Amino acid sequence: MVARSKFQELLAATRQPPKEVTIRVKRYDPETGKVWYQDYKVKTFRGMTILDALLQIKEKIDHTIVMRYSCRMGVCGSCGVVVNKKPSLACQTQIAAVASEDKPIVVVEPLYNFPIIRDLVADFGDFFNKHRAIKPYIIRKDPDEVEKGEREFIMDPHDLHEIYEYSLCIMCGLCYSACPVSAGDPLYLGPQALAQAYRFIADVRDEGYEERIKIVDTEHGCHRCHFAATCSAVCPKMVDPASAIQRLRKIVFMKTLGFWKKKKITQIAGPLKEPLRQIEAKYAVENILEGVDPEEQAKREEKIDLEL
Amino acid sequence: MVEVVDHDIIIVGSGIAGLRAAIEIKRQDPSIDVAVISKVQLMRSHSVSAEGGTAAVLYTEEGDNIVSHAWDTIKGSDFLADQDVVWMFVKYAPSEIRQLERWGMPWSRRPDGRIAQRPFGGHAFPRACYAADKTGFYEMQTLYGRLLGFDNWTRYDEYYVTSIVIEDNSFRGVTAIDMSSGEMVFFRAYAGIIATGGAGRLYKFTTYAYTATGDGLAMAMRAGIPLKDMEFVQFHPTGLVPSGILITEGARGEGGHLLNAKGERFMSRYAPKAMELAPRDVVSRAIMTEIKEGRGLKEEYTGLEYVLLDLRHLGEEKITQRLPAVREVSIKHAGIDPVEEPIPIRPAAHYTMGGIHTNKYYQVLSTENKWVKGLWAAGEVAAASIHGANRLGSNSTTECLVSGMIAGHQAAQYVQKLKKEGAQLETPREEIESEEKRVYDKLLKTETSNVSVYDIREEIRTVMDRYVYVFRDEEGLKTALRKLREIRSLVEKSYPEDKSRVYNTDLIMSLEAANMADVAYVVTQSALNRTESRGAHYRIDYPRRDDENWLKHTLAILTREGEVQFSYIPVTITTWKPIERKY
Repeated sequence: MVARSKFQELLAATRQPPKEVTIRVKRYDPETGKVWYQDYKVKTFRGMTILDALLQIKEKIDHTIVMRYSCRMGVCGSCGVVVNKKPSLACQTQIAAVASEDKPIVVVEPLYNFPIIRDLVADFGDFFNKHRAIKPYIIRKDPDEVEKGEREFIMDPHDLHEIYEYSLCIMCGLCYSACPVSAGDPLYLGPQALAQAYRFIADVRDEGYEERIKIVDTEHGCHRCHFAATCSAVCPKMVDPASAIQRLRKIVFMKTLGFWKKKKITQIAGPLKEPLRQIEAKYAVENILEGVDPEEQAKREEKIDLEL
Repeated sequence: MVEVVDHDIIIVGSGIAGLRAAIEIKRQDPSIDVAVISKVQLMRSHSVSAEGGTAAVLYTEEGDNIVSHAWDTIKGSDFLADQDVVWMFVKYAPSEIRQLERWGMPWSRRPDGRIAQRPFGGHAFPRACYAADKTGFYEMQTLYGRLLGFDNWTRYDEYYVTSIVIEDNSFRGVTAIDMSSGEMVFFRAYAGIIATGGAGRLYKFTTYAYTATGDGLAMAMRAGIPLKDMEFVQFHPTGLVPSGILITEGARGEGGHLLNAKGERFMSRYAPKAMELAPRDVVSRAIMTEIKEGRGLKEEYTGLEYVLLDLRHLGEEKITQRLPAVREVSIKHAGIDPVEEPIPIRPAAHYTMGGIHTNKYYQVLSTENKWVKGLWAAGEVAAASIHGANRLGSNSTTECLVSGMIAGHQAAQYVQKLKKEGAQLETPREEIESEEKRVYDKLLKTETSNVSVYDIREEIRTVMDRYVYVFRDEEGLKTALRKLREIRSLVEKSYPEDKSRVYNTDLIMSLEAANMADVAYVVTQSALNRTESRGAHYRIDYPRRDDENWLKHTLAILTREGEVQFSYIPVTITTWKPIERKY
């Protein structure tokens, strides 16, 4: 449930932006090695985002500027940049929230703590590999339960709620960009990967916690965090990696002492014995082709094997 | 000659269909070497934007059955769906939902711990499985995570595929530009799966991601493959002005009102009973009628005309609790708080029903209706066809899953067979060299072009928004065709201004523009030919469905001269005869 207070913070974005704004972009040309800041003057409109401004620059002023973007609705995670020193999604940052008539200038830089490919485009290779390292998928002692099961795992809504906020991660890299530890230790798994490790360890369907705990219980894992909590402050999806890392530490600590055992592991559901509702799903009968019985057609097996 | 990279199977596109196909191949045969090639990073595809749900019959014990899902889909398609394909689709949908669950999908849950389902327009049973209002995002996350659990596959993030190479009616590979170096690569393989999504960015006002420029459709056409039913584009009634971001149907479901400039609840004129909750095409046409008759409002900067979606009477409490995403999106992307102000909306391009011509196994078919050996298409880019003239909400992600699974299953079997036979990979040099020339001539041209590729893209979108939108007629479509013909010749004369190699998005923009122009041309001409109204295709001059003449699929083929030829094939009807579509 979204708290009202969250919206209070957002409401700065509903102001009118300054009529014209200077976007100061940090640029990098890998072919010459040159780094520089370039100013672009952009006419604004109500509702204009940083991404809108960057696209206007690309289309109308300077075709050589490059950035990454796709969904423009805060869910694909492509457009992370640093706006006025704060890692932000370009598509969700209103000009009105970061500039005013008194200070009509916005500084846009590529994400910190990432190698830069060109201009505002960061190299995510290492970041993605760290995420892969924590095994972000359900592991069962018997893998056939996952791959060959007939039905779904039972999952109590409360158990879903336990992992829900950590599952919201869009891999935009803002947390990693804001993390002072990631800045200093290139081997540190980082807030994104650690939060995802916690999300799977805490999932009642998962039995891979032993191997995952080994992966995070290292000097470059959860113990390296010194709880600046900047990750949680910049997360556009309110994932709160800082709390996930604290929880991981507690699990690792208790497990070392022999006190930790996974509280609950769920099993594959059987057939539904107690229906929650009864609704008749109808279909048309007046226009069925002669001699055809749809119920019989429904029972026919559809083969998908290749015929050559 | 460009660098040649070999794999067993190439998947182009990394949305739900592409990732699902990759997983299916790996679980069938871990030794098969798969390449996933995408113009974006693997988790960034437009599939993440799918919100509402994924339709499947899960609990027959509660009264649902697949016959009903099949009927709803066929009726929704305005009887243009191929019914044998729909049967396959509804039968495989349930196991896909449950497989995703076991891979870790955080489906929303019922009190008894099972997968929650909600009602969706056109479905007789609440069968849309959902994960909050982020269903597509979670499906992507789950598939991506599962794929990371396999070895012996390679991701090619930000490789822009420029052509599909076919020789002797067999798939040979694809050419692609590595954006990080600017170098071209020929990916060679026994089999290919095209999963590049729809073409919503032909329109200015659209719910699609910026990257959905219809590349796969244009490449298929250039490779001689027919496109099916391209005139059918779905418009969602409530896109947020000015960005086009989707405002979910739920906003009207919770009691939101649609108002015109005079403050009237205009739906009373168009659907006095259902009001704001009438079907998508009806509401879209109502909004556009209000605007055309001068009862809309106008956005100053973009010039977009719109009407209002008013939630204020629901109160802050209800808006915040029931529609948090609507409030968040309105504030963050439009600077408007729906508690204080009505939301500006207008219909937005939302789904491409047409696509690459395939059979029920998603095998790509040639002009002679023969399988192009080794090639499949999956997801929105494919037209098998399930959605016909109009797609039902929550059926699209289901198709991505089912078609990805089928294509992956078959491609794995095909490769196993070829390897057993000792087949060799082939390199059609001539075709690759001519593609290299097409791409790099553009890049290396030192003269500055006097045509801006950005103006061209804008012009395509303006033409499509104006003439090939919710309402169509002969005069408008003819005007659009004339303009698009000019645009296609201008594309040839435009060059990127940026001449550098590394991450040259200026070059990508101009290659995309060529694709957009070709696809727009096909959509428009298909729409001009079809002199009836069916599903999402509404002709003011032919307002009725005409089964006698038009119960058939359009096939568009690009000739060597760049013109489009049309032929038509019958709809497969196995169960239900067409009747009037009433809701």
